[in-house]
Amino acid sequence: MSEIAYPEMLPALAAKLRALTPARVALGRTGVSQPTREQLAFQRSHAQARDAVHARMQTAALASEIEEITGREVLRLHSAATDRPCYLQRPDLGRTLDEAGRTRLTRLRPGGFDLAPVVVDGLSALAVERHAALLLRELLSRIEGWRIAPVCVVEQGRVAIGDVIGAALGAEIAVVLIGERPGLSSPDSLGAYVTWQPRPGRTDAERNCISNIRAEGLSYAVAADRLASLFLQARRCRLTGVALKLETAKSLEG
Amino acid sequence: MIRAYYTLRRRLSAKRETGNAQCVLGPLFVAAALSCARIPLETPYSGGTVGGQRMSYSASIGNHRYNFADLRELLAKATPARSGDVLAGVAAESAEERVAAQFALADLPLANFLAAPVIPYEIDEVTRLIADAHDAQAFAPVRSFTVGELRDWLLSNEATEERLAALAPGITPEMAAAVSKLMRVQDLIAAAAKIRVVTRFRTTVGLRGRLSARLQPNHPTDDPAGIAASILDGLLLGSGDAVIGINPAGDDVAVTTQLLRLVDALRERFQIPAQSCVLAHVTTQIAALEQGAPIDLIFQSIAGTEAANRSFGVSLSLLEEAHEAGQSLSRGAICAGGIVGRNVMYFETGQGSALSANAHHGVDQQTLEARAYAVARRFEPMLVNTVVGFIGPEYLYDGKQIVRAGLEDHFCGKLLGLPMGCDVCYTNHAEADQDDMDVLLTLLGAAGVNYIMGVPGADDVMLNYQSTSFHDALYLRRVLGLGPAPEFEAWLQGDSFGRLALEAANPERLLTA
Repeated sequence: MSEIAYPEMLPALAAKLRALTPARVALGRTGVSQPTREQLAFQRSHAQARDAVHARMQTAALASEIEEITGREVLRLHSAATDRPCYLQRPDLGRTLDEAGRTRLTRLRPGGFDLAPVVVDGLSALAVERHAALLLRELLSRIEGWRIAPVCVVEQGRVAIGDVIGAALGAEIAVVLIGERPGLSSPDSLGAYVTWQPRPGRTDAERNCISNIRAEGLSYAVAADRLASLFLQARRCRLTGVALKLETAKSLEG
Repeated sequence: MIRAYYTLRRRLSAKRETGNAQCVLGPLFVAAALSCARIPLETPYSGGTVGGQRMSYSASIGNHRYNFADLRELLAKATPARSGDVLAGVAAESAEERVAAQFALADLPLANFLAAPVIPYEIDEVTRLIADAHDAQAFAPVRSFTVGELRDWLLSNEATEERLAALAPGITPEMAAAVSKLMRVQDLIAAAAKIRVVTRFRTTVGLRGRLSARLQPNHPTDDPAGIAASILDGLLLGSGDAVIGINPAGDDVAVTTQLLRLVDALRERFQIPAQSCVLAHVTTQIAALEQGAPIDLIFQSIAGTEAANRSFGVSLSLLEEAHEAGQSLSRGAICAGGIVGRNVMYFETGQGSALSANAHHGVDQQTLEARAYAVARRFEPMLVNTVVGFIGPEYLYDGKQIVRAGLEDHFCGKLLGLPMGCDVCYTNHAEADQDDMDVLLTLLGAAGVNYIMGVPGADDVMLNYQSTSFHDALYLRRVLGLGPAPEFEAWLQGDSFGRLALEAANPERLLTA
């Protein structure tokens, strides 16, 4: 059968389509393949996303930045996942602390904290390095008077490691600031997960999440407002997660 | 018929203390299995839960004897390496143990699979579906085979397109998964390439010499104009003959309806032979349908266990309801050859989904994936595709694992009689890149895949993963000499497409439904 002749797209139409969506539309073609420039643009985005996934968090620098900006004590911890390949294949290990971390926390004499902030590299160290300290400053300024636990900075961690840490510290609420899985156009997106009475075994349905915190997404101020409001609701209803969303919807209706 | 085996097993288990399983076998089992001369007492394997008697499987390599407690363990340990099985704790512990399991599996009679389900009949509706729907007559030509002999037969000249089509209802997902574990990449391609599964709605998908593409015009906020821009771009590059299928960012009846109307208006205006779908939850689509939305295909993600499907919010009865609702609309057209399109369901699957829902029952992820195909084939779907690399590296670690899994899924689906496509894809935390996708894409083309995805620039800006592009579909059609679906091909060569190309100069006029 003869191959179909596809029309060439005029530059004016290409520009119009591109203005309507962030998708990679109107790329043009050479033969049936993508032109060199578009191919390299894709490779650049993928390279940035890959580098973000594999970057090692500069923990010392981040810890001192958080100390400086928030004036809080910082604890440096590591999950039971020894390195990135292990982390990527064993989500279970990323949810628990290594031996040293567990020992360290049990020596702390915990208790009496309203909030345990936990900063975790997750899938993008870049995201926490760029946004965690600045977001924390905004957030803590909205909850003055709260008893805040030392800020934990965790390498090779997943969201649920906040449950282990929050429980060990005896905190009423844990907030985990974590690097989200990089998209091709968003290597540095930060997520924030709020869990009432954190303890091992909490499920994702028992957390509330704010996503896409980055320059092109949600600003620190808006994210901090939403988190502070979630904290208050969690305190009032004594829970987080799907149930909190339902409670909030009910009180809005009522 | 098969249900009778399980009943029989339960009845006989009381007599099990006699010690010799064979002596208590009833006539049903004799008919199904022992009539096969290949199951004497002294075969190298020792098999299954025959007559309620659990026996272990084993194989020796050198001086080491490897034992496998049950069929579940045997299948898991015979599976080529992948991270999800390690995560689940079911993978072989060494390369030698894996090949020992493959030896033992190769000697296992197919009839044993009917007597020993990997998940009990009593607790799982997918097992019940597999057992109750099994076609003993279709199975008859291979009834005496071992798994290894099935592989040899599938690759032989005896296994023609017609015979393979007739065999499909006699093959269970576990048999398909088992034989695939003994097959290399080229075997998975060679066997699948013989099989054609053709389905119809407004286009005919799956014919030999054809390759279709799902146009996937997703947008981060479901903006109709943004989605329409991607649809236009895809149509102008010849994608959309499998379906124009939008993954919505939210799960909302109003948005679903709005997007369906947008595509339908475009389709009517330019007489496009294509079907649309908004991939919201099935209940959302049914609600939209009840409110009068123009629903063509009804979509749902499915998995291979009742518990995993429950985590998706679906059951066989809900899918049945959706299927009937879709059928009742009769929106399919008369397709090439004068046949009316009646396939209305669209299913997506993927290895690892049951484990991620903690609903895997200790079964390996590839066997569970094949079980999802039993769910799919119950509803005569228009489209089924594995979303092979979407789930992430904890299930399929790298390009090598993704490539093999994609070919396994395609082969197993086709063997079971499904119109298999594949979302050739990966996430940014997997050890994979676009080169790996080119490899899998090209191999699937050689294997005769029904369709692939067409995503603008292969970059899904809503789901945040990389798939294949409109260009990739054109590449595959060109290098393999394939055409789009015949109805769509005629449209691309006709006046309506020319008109679309002209009027596209003012997209804003096209994009408001």
